[in-house]
Amino acid sequence: MPELTYREAVRDAMSEAMRRDDDVFIMGEDIAEMGGSMGVTQGMLDEFGPDRVRNTPISEMAIVGAGIGAAVAGMRPIVEVMYQDFMTLAMEQLVQQAAKHRYMSGGQTKVPLTIRTQGGAGWSPGAQHAQQVEAWFVHVPGIKVVFPSTPEDVRGLLWTSIYDDNPVVFFEHRTLYNLKNEVPEAIEGMELGKARIHREGEDVTVVATGRLVHEALSAAKEAEEDGISVEVVDPRTLLPLDEESIIGSVKKTNRCVVAHEAVVRMGFGAEIAALVQHQAFDYLDAPVERVGAKFAPIPFAPVMEEYVIPHAGDVLAAVKRTVGKE
Amino acid sequence: MATLEEKGQTVSAERLKDFLREMLLIRRFEEKVEERFRAGELPGFLHVAIGQEAVAVGVCRALEEGDVIASTHRAHGHTIAKGTHPNEVMAELYGKVEGCSHGYGGSMHLYDFERGNLGANAVVGGGLPGIVGAGLAFKMRGEPRVAVAFFGDGATNIGTFHEALNLAQLWTVPAIFVCEHNRYAESTPSTQHLPIEDMTKRAEAFGMVSMTVDGQDVEAVFDTAKKALRHARDGKGPVFIVADCVRLSGHYVGDPQVYRPKEEINELRKNRDPIELLRTRLELSDEEFGEMDGEATRIAEDSVEFAKKGTDPKPEDALKNVYA
Repeated sequence: MPELTYREAVRDAMSEAMRRDDDVFIMGEDIAEMGGSMGVTQGMLDEFGPDRVRNTPISEMAIVGAGIGAAVAGMRPIVEVMYQDFMTLAMEQLVQQAAKHRYMSGGQTKVPLTIRTQGGAGWSPGAQHAQQVEAWFVHVPGIKVVFPSTPEDVRGLLWTSIYDDNPVVFFEHRTLYNLKNEVPEAIEGMELGKARIHREGEDVTVVATGRLVHEALSAAKEAEEDGISVEVVDPRTLLPLDEESIIGSVKKTNRCVVAHEAVVRMGFGAEIAALVQHQAFDYLDAPVERVGAKFAPIPFAPVMEEYVIPHAGDVLAAVKRTVGKE
Repeated sequence: MATLEEKGQTVSAERLKDFLREMLLIRRFEEKVEERFRAGELPGFLHVAIGQEAVAVGVCRALEEGDVIASTHRAHGHTIAKGTHPNEVMAELYGKVEGCSHGYGGSMHLYDFERGNLGANAVVGGGLPGIVGAGLAFKMRGEPRVAVAFFGDGATNIGTFHEALNLAQLWTVPAIFVCEHNRYAESTPSTQHLPIEDMTKRAEAFGMVSMTVDGQDVEAVFDTAKKALRHARDGKGPVFIVADCVRLSGHYVGDPQVYRPKEEINELRKNRDPIELLRTRLELSDEEFGEMDGEATRIAEDSVEFAKKGTDPKPEDALKNVYA
């Protein structure tokens, strides 16, 4: 099987869709000659030309809105919003337009739009380029939310997102772009709403997203040395959510930790915790633990940033609390 | 024999009569809406386009098959002018399944995808970027279609307006931006929300061709829209149209308009009613006008009957069309 980085996997899905389908095109800031601020779209201008690899002004409302209009008019646009922090600039178009056209029209219109964005902390970009905002979108009926953590998943899920007839906000994590892994020879679309169990375990379930999947896997290894068997579940798509896999895992392990990079308060973990207590209450041997960033904007100074965002150690500590081994 | 219109001079009298019928239909429809709202039959809140009929009709009659529009919170006129039957519009206002948005949208969210109405928007300026995108899709596929956004002077102060016009011009998108300049952003007069008198300057700042037209003169609107559409369809880029018009009603049905001098409304009703202006111009006999008016009134009344007989959605239908 070939190996791809997370970055190459994203590019591979887009390029293959554009080769197969004239309706697919990409637009965003700095995505043409520069190849994107994270290098994701490198080489795509040469292959597809400026009509389908559209460099845009710094104009998030218009880019996202134009994506919506093009989608309604029959295209399958992929819009890159350079940093997820800048999604704030396009919120009206996303929440009021993209999410609601199909509904408000009584099902007449479709919005097959994919918004790719990336970000996250861990490299001292400062407070306006580092916030994880995925939970905001899960709160909006009408937007699918995808957050893959591996090259294989990012490729397969992006493919499916592009071909979904509804708007998808697709989160990539900045620190994962160089992660390299084997991927299948041919692109296989992956169904949205299916979790991946990265590691099986008996004692504690860790439901983790994005970068925290990898932190959770490190924590699981360390926990193993302490005799704690950890199962790591990555929902991969936050909406739709694979409740069955999460509940199935918790019923087996009787303990649950949720872990994400975004702040704990009102984070996606709160939803998982509510789900687990409701559907697996009698199975729980410990309170559901939540791991996430401390409630502060992401600071600049590396020592402060390190302090605010969660790491494997935080996951491990939470795992130990659930088994009474603090 | 070539008609005057074909010679590029003016619109034929027959065609103008046709425009008048449409404007009358919108007027009588809107009056019916006010009446039924006051009778307590219509939920939500409503904005009627009384006084602005000539813009809706002049622009929509200039469109060709395949052209699309995005409307505003004041959407009934645009929607009817774009070809949706008044029955379906009224049924939507009554929240019925037979409505043009099947009860999911309401007055401010009228859609008719089949007839090229991509949707009315209750967010001021919210529909403009989408129109740029629709136009972009037409351009990328090489289709000779144009996308048209309606909005008011109030919308020219919001970010989407500036971002949308900038992008449309940058990419020479086949789009027309029709600003219905009725001089009120809800209750706020343009003297309090526009720092400039001539709004075409806003579009010209992006290098966009702009045109100003008397929005009470349906023929002028039609001619201007035709010119703008040709420009856009020929691949020369978008056009900004300022249609100077008057809102003869309040912002919403029931608006006491405390912010507006009574004399102003009376004066506008007397001198700037687009229907009266056209009627005078066409020198219609009372009989002919009465006949046209009677027909419009009948269609408006029928739409209420149709809507009242419509089907209520099942409460649980609220969860249909939800995919995430």
